[in-house]
Amino acid sequence: MAQNSQKPVLTLMQGNEAVAAGALAAGCNYFAGYPITPSTEVAEILANELPKRGHTFIQMEDEIASIAAIIGASLAGAKSFTATSGPGFSLMQEGIGFAKITETPCVVVNVQRGGPSTGLPTSPAQGEIMQSRWGSHGDAPAIVLYPDSVKESYALTIRAFNLAEKYRTCVVLLLDEVLGHMREAITIPDASEIQIINRIKPTVPANWYKHYDENQKYLSPLASYGEGYRFHVTGLAHDAQGFPTNKPQEAGAMMERLQKKIVHNIRDLVQIESYKMEDANIAIFAAGIMARSAKAAVKMARAEGLKVGLLRPLTIWPFPDDAVRKMLKNVDYVVVPELNQGQFLHELRRLVKSTTDSKLIGLQRVNGTLITPTEILQKIKDVL
Amino acid sequence: MGKVSQRVVHDFLRHDKKFPHVWCSGCSNGTILGTIIRAIAEQNLDRNNITMVSGIGCSSRMPVYIDLNTLHSLHGRAIAFATGIKTFKPDMKVIVVTGDGDSTAIGGNHLIHAARRNIDMTVIVVNNNIYGMTGGQYSPTTPDDAKATTSPYGNFDRQFDICDLVIGAGATYVARSSAFHTMELQKMIVDAMNHKGFSIIDVISACPVIYGRMNKKGGPPEMMQAMRDNTVLNTATAKLPPEKLEGKTIRGVFKNVQCPEYCEQYAKVVEKIKETSDE
Repeated sequence: MAQNSQKPVLTLMQGNEAVAAGALAAGCNYFAGYPITPSTEVAEILANELPKRGHTFIQMEDEIASIAAIIGASLAGAKSFTATSGPGFSLMQEGIGFAKITETPCVVVNVQRGGPSTGLPTSPAQGEIMQSRWGSHGDAPAIVLYPDSVKESYALTIRAFNLAEKYRTCVVLLLDEVLGHMREAITIPDASEIQIINRIKPTVPANWYKHYDENQKYLSPLASYGEGYRFHVTGLAHDAQGFPTNKPQEAGAMMERLQKKIVHNIRDLVQIESYKMEDANIAIFAAGIMARSAKAAVKMARAEGLKVGLLRPLTIWPFPDDAVRKMLKNVDYVVVPELNQGQFLHELRRLVKSTTDSKLIGLQRVNGTLITPTEILQKIKDVL
Repeated sequence: MGKVSQRVVHDFLRHDKKFPHVWCSGCSNGTILGTIIRAIAEQNLDRNNITMVSGIGCSSRMPVYIDLNTLHSLHGRAIAFATGIKTFKPDMKVIVVTGDGDSTAIGGNHLIHAARRNIDMTVIVVNNNIYGMTGGQYSPTTPDDAKATTSPYGNFDRQFDICDLVIGAGATYVARSSAFHTMELQKMIVDAMNHKGFSIIDVISACPVIYGRMNKKGGPPEMMQAMRDNTVLNTATAKLPPEKLEGKTIRGVFKNVQCPEYCEQYAKVVEKIKETSDE
């Protein structure tokens, strides 16, 4: 595979292949998964590649076991990973919450398909915008990345591992079914050009170690099982050492940490692309594959003299509030094309100052087909 | 049968951190934890190289008290978490402590698949025939006609025989003992930990406060006596007349065979790939 090479290599790849290659480039050494359309290629590629490198691949009995295994492996020191789609992502929600409360790094890729339930297994949908934020019970922030191309699938997979390690949490990468299976040219960079972040390791003696000992940026060192620290991990509310607690001040402090490590690092986490927004009076807000249609619509609109721009979040959670507020201030209308029944639109409404503000124009489709650039352009013309 | 001092139990407990424990008076969990500790101590193992994983329930609170690498995971998922640890670090000794509901109801799928894989770990099922933590609902091992808060008219939901279940699924070391037979249990734990493959011990235990009270089983001493009087060692069954075996639970080692172990098989695949690519 291309990621072994020393020089940048131009190649043709599917989104799912790029995710697998990105994971290997990021230093992934553990994968546990369960077959599910349309993400299965990720598991198939890693079943081939990980044993070659002396690393672990295991096909588990279901997705619940898969998320459990990658968390267990991560606590033993692995950079671990699983890939799934809607039904599997639903089954993983409890495990994702466990990774968050125990601050255990891991990466989950969800190649979205039509839902609810079995839905449309081979068709695109963007139905897990909200589930990826709120799917697991209880309050805990999420880091969710959303690429729009094969090239970016590679880059954001690496970033997902980096953020998981840095922030000690479960990072979710959302892919669209069409992107998972779409082939595009991609230049795989030289390994020396790829920035890899690994978890901070403790340097204190074993009896001083606190499993949740934060620094000013709410980032804390993480020991692995077998290194002599003999720490305790529980999904119960816990104190800084990791032992269960019912004390309001300790439980409260734990919840505050989970929030603050995201909120206080929002500039590091949020990534957006702003395309022809400088002079735009109409903006399109779209992510993933819908941003590809949107970008084409911007070009078509510009050719007709319409001042249309695109704001695209690469990190959808935490939500890019500042960029969206700025956009809402500067344009007359925001068109929001999405393959769901208004999940992004709902989040944008939160940032609109007045509820009577009619700047937001939804454009939604949930029948398993994409919204075309022409349709987006037509929507823009309709509101003008 | 190695003897270890009382001091050893104290040494292994996180006594300065998380006591008093959460268990009711008369519960078997403390006895079983003590037996696990003696079995580990007897082997003079490096504690840094042992991880204890549990699910959710009364017995799954054990890891918090013992000074090992410990993981108190999700309800039913202990074996799946343990599989992650073991497959990433095959040299780690992995012990799973789980209850009857945790391992055979919500976690039944992981139990049978770990047995099928013959992955090297030791599962200790603390089988008290009830969901204790949630206040006494019937579990897959609650006996016929037994009362539970969710079987107020007597239980008619058929039971799993945990040993039969895992033998069917492919486990390679399968035994049953009780919280009364601590010396026997200690030896089984040592043997299970030294067994290469999936080992499991079904440990009959007492929940006097909930199960015992609802079913008029007496107090903790009476329930311990019942473990002694109502069980028979499998090696003795042949000598006993059928009427003496009626209603008895059979203890003993039911299976102890060597089969290819999952992590060793994986290592062989990795080795084979290396050889092929070197050629």
